[in-house]
Amino acid sequence: MKSSPESTKSDLVKNAVETTMTTAAGSSRREFLAQSGRVVAAAGVASLLGNLGGWALSYAADKEPIKIGILHSLSGTMAISEVSLKDVVLMAVEEINAKGGVMGRKIKPVVVDPASNWDLFAEKAKQLLVVDKVAVVFGCWTSVSRKSVLPVFEKNNGLLFYPVQYEGEECSHNVFYTGAAVNQQAIPAVEYLMSKEGGGYKKFYLLGTDYVYPRTTNKILRAMLLAKKVPAADIMEEYTPFHHQDYQTIVGKVKKFAAGGKAAVISTINGDSNVPFYKEFANQGLRAEDAPIMAFSVAEDELRGMDTTALVGHLAAWNYYQSVDTPQNKKFVADFKAYCKKNNLPDGEKRVTDDPMEAAYFGVHIWKQAVEKAGSTEVDKVRKAVYGSKFLAPGGEIKMDEANHHTNKPVLIGEILKDGQFKIVSRSKGLVKPEPWSEYTSPDKGCDWIGHQGTYQKKA
Amino acid sequence: MLLRSLIGLVLVCFCWGTEIAAAEGPRVKPAAPPVSLIDQALADLSSEDQSTQEAAVLFLSERGDPSLLLKLEAIRDSADRSVRLALKPLMDQLKNRINLSSPDVDQRRSAAADLGSAGKPGAIPWLEAALENEPHRWVRYAIEESIALLQLASTNPDDQITAATKLGELRSQNAVPALKELLQQGSDGSATAQHQAVASAARAAIEQIDIWASWAGAFETIFRGISLSSILLIMSLGLAIVFGLMGVINMAHGELMMVGAYATFVTQECFKAYLPPGAFDYYFLVSMPVSFLVAAVFGLILEATVISFLYGRPLETMLATWGVSLVLIQAARVYFGDLTSVVAPSWLSGGVQAMVGVYLPYNRIFIILLSILCVCGIYFLLFRTGIGLRVRAVTQNRDMSSCLGIPTRKVDAYTFAFGSGLAGVAGCALTLIGNVEPGLGQNYIVDSFMVVVTGGVGKLMGTIVASLGIGGLNKLLEPSFGAVYSKVLILVLVVVFLQRRPSGLFTIKGRHADT
Repeated sequence: MKSSPESTKSDLVKNAVETTMTTAAGSSRREFLAQSGRVVAAAGVASLLGNLGGWALSYAADKEPIKIGILHSLSGTMAISEVSLKDVVLMAVEEINAKGGVMGRKIKPVVVDPASNWDLFAEKAKQLLVVDKVAVVFGCWTSVSRKSVLPVFEKNNGLLFYPVQYEGEECSHNVFYTGAAVNQQAIPAVEYLMSKEGGGYKKFYLLGTDYVYPRTTNKILRAMLLAKKVPAADIMEEYTPFHHQDYQTIVGKVKKFAAGGKAAVISTINGDSNVPFYKEFANQGLRAEDAPIMAFSVAEDELRGMDTTALVGHLAAWNYYQSVDTPQNKKFVADFKAYCKKNNLPDGEKRVTDDPMEAAYFGVHIWKQAVEKAGSTEVDKVRKAVYGSKFLAPGGEIKMDEANHHTNKPVLIGEILKDGQFKIVSRSKGLVKPEPWSEYTSPDKGCDWIGHQGTYQKKA
Repeated sequence: MLLRSLIGLVLVCFCWGTEIAAAEGPRVKPAAPPVSLIDQALADLSSEDQSTQEAAVLFLSERGDPSLLLKLEAIRDSADRSVRLALKPLMDQLKNRINLSSPDVDQRRSAAADLGSAGKPGAIPWLEAALENEPHRWVRYAIEESIALLQLASTNPDDQITAATKLGELRSQNAVPALKELLQQGSDGSATAQHQAVASAARAAIEQIDIWASWAGAFETIFRGISLSSILLIMSLGLAIVFGLMGVINMAHGELMMVGAYATFVTQECFKAYLPPGAFDYYFLVSMPVSFLVAAVFGLILEATVISFLYGRPLETMLATWGVSLVLIQAARVYFGDLTSVVAPSWLSGGVQAMVGVYLPYNRIFIILLSILCVCGIYFLLFRTGIGLRVRAVTQNRDMSSCLGIPTRKVDAYTFAFGSGLAGVAGCALTLIGNVEPGLGQNYIVDSFMVVVTGGVGKLMGTIVASLGIGGLNKLLEPSFGAVYSKVLILVLVVVFLQRRPSGLFTIKGRHADT
């Protein structure tokens, strides 16, 4: 496409010159002069036309859509959670395009499917950055998938918006973390349980699935509890394999641990193990009043596929719930349901929104704002523009950190209701500043891309 | 000494007196403090001054009049956070008092337990009144425990000793932390004789409770072992027939369980949509035969289209059925999505309390019974019927049976369908424990193969013994090694065992056609 007007232009000039040559031999001088005058004019017109074409072309290139990548598993075990993130990012793109796009250019999403396979995550990320040359990528859910794409983004200087709460201890120049760091979810949740309002719990049973997120989170929580003078005997830590189904022994241990009251369970159990755990908990006669379960991986989107009878009254900590009462959230929820219905997505209007979806959604808008502020889609310029930018997200205004690539967000504690929604029982005052390196386990480390080069050693 | 005991006596009398007064308080409502006092206290609740507020809360909780609840709710709705915080324990207390006379057993029991752990001695007379006409054994237990717990927290040593003895008799696990604290106080150097008496009572109680707890723990471990074994057994029975008797390695066996689970889900949805809500509780009884039939039909189709061409070629069968399993998983994901949950019928949720501190969940008892029923059914079918005779003949010597006029192809198909149907029943039972999702079968297939191979291929008895052994051992190891390492240990043990005895626990002896 691009070369054709160029070639027509040179052909025209060549033809003109050739005609001059052939006719010049057998005609008079006057004729030759007149003819050559015509030829020059023609050549001039032609070159002018050519220039015009080139200009028009470059104008069109400016108006060409901006490509963005979406890197979420659409098949395999993680599909259940990640498909919703893809849907909400596409919805945000549609919204932006309907309002004229970014700097007058439309956004064109490139959706790939890494199929819940972390090697494939790295491969697809490379494809997006090198072959499709996307300006930004929205994607990943599990920490292991993020760790696997990290080198790809750093080597090719790509930009990733990561929307899920995670264990921290990471500070990449090429990632913006729109989900919560540990101090924006796990730590406030435990502080709430310890407070008078939360019930003044004194003993904690840390229970998780055996992989990096629960292990790191529990390491930080243990350090924090010890720092708050909770005796080590009052902290239990236990892990189960993925897909664990038999929670008899563990619930028995919890029951023994919780005897006498003032004990809470902190659950980082992931995925399909949650249902057998909560069911066993209720069936063995334990109530939320005896020992509440505070979960970090149970949100509305997971609850809609569960029988919630056994979960009612237990707690969760997030930065957003579908039940947040703001006008922009009402619009967000209604828009999403309408979007699902319009595009005939499975379950249509019954779909719900949750914390990672909100984080994915405002990530797209933060990027758009940054591109418009920077006047370019170049990663280095966009990154600078993201620092300190604000956006009125569905859950309330959020602010990207000035230096550490994470997000300042509110922290909300919710109680699970029968319909799979949450009743908000506690809300942080204002926004909580993110700490990628926890003050409890790594007090000497910080994350700063303005004053330092990423992770740095704090001076004692 | 005399003076001290005198003071003690006076104190006891005083406490007793106030208790009686408190007990009588609500009954003689109009005579007690005039209404204006209550109104004054209600107004004080919203006071800025912390001490005024606390005094008001104390006053109102001592009054314990449930009719205040409505007024309190009105106050709470318009109050700010600190007032709401102060109101919450008061309102909980009043609510629990009302719930003590609720018709629902669980509510009465929860209320009694909550009053005990709230630590307000004002609740003792309410509990005593409730105890008088409480018919249910475990609610009585909860009330007695709560009364003793509240008395244990009093300052009177005699009360504390009686309470400690009572708690020891009740074998109350909930009292251990408080008793340990008393023990601690008694062993201090500065402890008085009374403190020491309390401490020795506490020590005796703790011992009593601990002995009981170890018995209860042993009983629970045995039950958990049996429960896990029954789940392993019900999963492996179908495989024992298909793999054990027919020698077909069916990698899609787990997906036949998934089909059974989804059949249960569909039955439930049909009950919700077409039958009155009263019938809902019985859907599970219907769903069992339905899931058997649906899985059996799937098995028949699978046998006719894939496996029948591959008899005697185990590797090809394995690959082909694995492909089928992937197709089934993705088909379920596309068709059902992720909005599937099976609600256990009310008669299968909750549990029965067998003894102090030991709960036996109904769903687990049900699965134990179901697996026993399935084993009996299979034995009857294989050893007491003509069809069973043919199946055994074909699996022992195919050629000879064929010579004798047994239609071996038909027998193959029926046997495979029967094994698949059993997988369907297993899937139906598993909905009581966990989730219904496309990957359901994948979680269980490895365990099922492990049970069948360890037990010895071709022997049903081996499957039963192996599931009991593996399940029991798993639950025995789990308390000390944790869930992850006990599973690792079990796998190591199975590997070592199979190296010593490659043909498993039970081997087919004598001249066998295949070997």
